[in-house]
Amino acid sequence: MSELSVKHLLGIKYINENDINLIFKTADHFKEVINRSIKKVPSLRDITIANLFFENSTRTRLSFELAEKRLSADVVNFSASSSSVKKGETLIDTVNNILSMKVDMVVMRHSNPGAGIFLSKHINASIINAGDGAHEHPTQALLDCYSIREQFGEVAGKNILIVGDILHSRVALSNIFALKKLGANVKVCGPKTLIPKYISSLGVTVELSLKKALEWCDVANMLRVQNERMDINYFPTTREYTQQFGLNKKILDSLDKEIIVMHPGPINRGVEITSDVADSSQAIILNQVENGVAIRMAVLYLLASKLQRNED
Amino acid sequence: MSQKVLLNATEVNIALHRLACQLIENHDTFSETVLIGIQPRGVFLAERIKLLLETTYKVKNIELGYLDITFYRDDFRRNDKPIEASTTKIDFIIEDKKVVFVDDVLYTGRSIRAALTAIQSFGRPLEIELLTFIDRRFSRHLPIQPDYRGRQVDAINHEKVKVCWEENEGLDAVYLIKN
Repeated sequence: MSELSVKHLLGIKYINENDINLIFKTADHFKEVINRSIKKVPSLRDITIANLFFENSTRTRLSFELAEKRLSADVVNFSASSSSVKKGETLIDTVNNILSMKVDMVVMRHSNPGAGIFLSKHINASIINAGDGAHEHPTQALLDCYSIREQFGEVAGKNILIVGDILHSRVALSNIFALKKLGANVKVCGPKTLIPKYISSLGVTVELSLKKALEWCDVANMLRVQNERMDINYFPTTREYTQQFGLNKKILDSLDKEIIVMHPGPINRGVEITSDVADSSQAIILNQVENGVAIRMAVLYLLASKLQRNED
Repeated sequence: MSQKVLLNATEVNIALHRLACQLIENHDTFSETVLIGIQPRGVFLAERIKLLLETTYKVKNIELGYLDITFYRDDFRRNDKPIEASTTKIDFIIEDKKVVFVDDVLYTGRSIRAALTAIQSFGRPLEIELLTFIDRRFSRHLPIQPDYRGRQVDAINHEKVKVCWEENEGLDAVYLIKN
């Protein structure tokens, strides 16, 4: 297997276990590349990539841009706040205009679930979903699973806990798909109002007590409360949320084993995770960020290899 | 498909000894020289030469690295199937060192072109030489020639030259394969 089964990366739902393992294997090589003194390879020098960010992002946008530049691709950046989207242009018009400038790949973040899928049906370029509303964030899930694989050697059979706002989190959904495809056991924990009703149909169990859930897991992935996606109040106060579902050093030390703590960022220190936990040796939050560049290089490289050359 | 033996195990062994001696003539104690095996198939040859230099010719502390050139190839997106990458492992400094690239077959010269680009990511070597076990004459696409060669072979384009190693294929031999 040296080829992905898909032309676009729209979500983990649409790829298979072989694809994930190929991405991991390729990322291993790119991780070596980004630790060299010259961190660049010429593979994508004839490819142009547009980063379309219709929604705010720091880490993902930087990570993609860095990955693209490390592969020698040409990069154009677009953010909705400083563009004609404000003047009423539709998504498809914006993208078609950008594609007329001969762009080969599009990395897109959008607040509407399914925006990437919609685009892939209408345009020719290869699309990478960098987060679409509360739907999927495939590269985040890939880098999370890759970081777990790096810690334990494999993902299969490991107990992974996802804590927090499962309802609004695209990271949670993509992680659940990826972890299940790789054979991990997944449990979610959070306020009942923030856990989707049909979550068990994804093969996931629910635990409402953080302490019990932590005792079960090998890895705890702490998610941020997505206030920007909440139209109503899902829990009484932030303080109450922190008391019940926040991870602090005291709970962590009370466990009889050392678990790994992950966070996709941005962290709200003192809400879902305290500073001493985020900065402790059990947290691999910064490893996740480093692995993110390698994973995105692998995804871009593998998808680019499927693009038709112009002269064909 | 037919195959013809170009070199048998004894002839492979003689050629390996000659190559090792030629390297010693030019690089003496190898204190300023490093060997780089080109992935995937140059690695077997590089390991064999290192072993020979250390055991038979008593040269100590030879540095050997592996270089993968997949991301530097000029045929990316030109092949039907993408080529899978191998591991790059260079645990020493190549700055101002004499580098010897080791590969099994020199054909079009494109892999070595890619290797010349790839090695620059690790520093600026003093000089680079090329050792190849089989030099396929008449088929070069680029102005690249070996400094050390095991055997020169005249093979036409649709023929394939395969170098087999005992540790991998169970027997040392070089075959000319006709389709």
